[in-house]
Amino acid sequence: MKAPTRNRRPGFSRRAQYGLFLSYVVAVTGVFVGLGLVVVSHVDPEGFGAVRGAALDLTTPVSAFGRGMVRGAGSIVDGVANYIDAGSKNAAMERELEANRRALVRARILALENDRLRRMLHLVENRPASIAVARIVGSTGVSSRRLATITAGLAQGVRPGQPVRSPEGLVGRIVEAGMLASRVLLITDNASVVPVRMARGGMPALAAGRGDGSIEIRPLGAGGNPFNRGDIVLTSGTGGLYPPDVPVAVILRKEGDIAIAWPLADPSQLDYAVVEQPFAGLPSPPKGTSGETH
Amino acid sequence: MRSPRSSAPPARAIEVRARLVPIVSTLIGSACALVPTVTLSPAWPPFGLLMLLGWRLLRPEMWPAWIGLPLGLADDLLTGQTLGTGMVTWTLCLLLIDLVEVRLLWRDYWQEWLLAAVAIAIGILGAWAIACWTGGATPVTLVEPQILTSILCFPFIGRLCALLDRWRLAIGKIRASDD
Repeated sequence: MKAPTRNRRPGFSRRAQYGLFLSYVVAVTGVFVGLGLVVVSHVDPEGFGAVRGAALDLTTPVSAFGRGMVRGAGSIVDGVANYIDAGSKNAAMERELEANRRALVRARILALENDRLRRMLHLVENRPASIAVARIVGSTGVSSRRLATITAGLAQGVRPGQPVRSPEGLVGRIVEAGMLASRVLLITDNASVVPVRMARGGMPALAAGRGDGSIEIRPLGAGGNPFNRGDIVLTSGTGGLYPPDVPVAVILRKEGDIAIAWPLADPSQLDYAVVEQPFAGLPSPPKGTSGETH
Repeated sequence: MRSPRSSAPPARAIEVRARLVPIVSTLIGSACALVPTVTLSPAWPPFGLLMLLGWRLLRPEMWPAWIGLPLGLADDLLTGQTLGTGMVTWTLCLLLIDLVEVRLLWRDYWQEWLLAAVAIAIGILGAWAIACWTGGATPVTLVEPQILTSILCFPFIGRLCALLDRWRLAIGKIRASDD
């Protein structure tokens, strides 16, 4: 137990009293300046892009350096776990391989038929080109937003708004770009909404992040909950930002009108991500506020 | 107190160290957010805020209330939160502690922990509210585990601050200035 510190009491010195008072004035003013910054960030999300981008460039090497070690340690644990019950796993995998082989043959036949039909229709395929392949090195672990950091920036042609995907599925889109690094808004973030459709039946829906690693799938059509456990949802390409037919998530369970899904490209396991051109040009920024700021 | 200058040649170095160590250790606390993992939910305690509170409760006379502004700004840039989040929440925490402290007759370990717990809850909930407003509305249950772990972490951070404090003031070689 210690006595309270009276050192903050300035005593009879006028100068010290004014100094203390001034420090409070500065602090309170600073709080309002900070609130102003928050308001500006709310109105114009890319307003402080230069400052934040520079900070991102400076801090990314720290994360990039340690990422290899963390992944190495994680894969050792996985490797040890894989040796346990290897026998039963082997049998299960053989059964799965057999089923997959049959499915692959069917898929090849479908692909050939699809090709032939496309040629008949003279359908032009304009897949957007990829811009950069980058490592995912970190994320915002403290904040309640879900943003990941990748090691490609303006120098590689990455711009805010571009979609990011991995071989497993959709990852998110760029929200901030520094010179050498940029931040990706993951599809599990609360601010992210992706237009999707079901792989089985093609019914349109919206996939919104929930902030805890899962995704909420809201059907756009009326009547009933059409989802089943294990259904896969793909991007629909509506809105022109995300390219169509990229796998997004697999449905885990139904909750009333909506379904809870898990992203196929699990951000905590990802190593590399591909930044792509927006499918049909960059969309206009939300809320139509960028007109004044440009 | 102007006399320490006259003691020994390393006095100047110790003075610089005494000023820099709290600031640098708080910045390192903020930089803990750079750990190379991709987390699915807010999992890391805000070590920058914990260090700030640890120093503030250990040495009330060391920093003026506005120190939350530059350190909070640095925290925003390091952790990637909306600019202004740390500036606002950290300075509010410091002002709150100032308000409470003048009304306390004595201080003990539990009181200090309670004060820090309230400040941590305010800091994290404030950051959560700002993130909700600028991004999307997250359920508050998502940050509750983070608040809990941060409060449980605080005694260790307090210990760390005390250790650093002894080193930075080189206690045994030169006395701390009390003004």
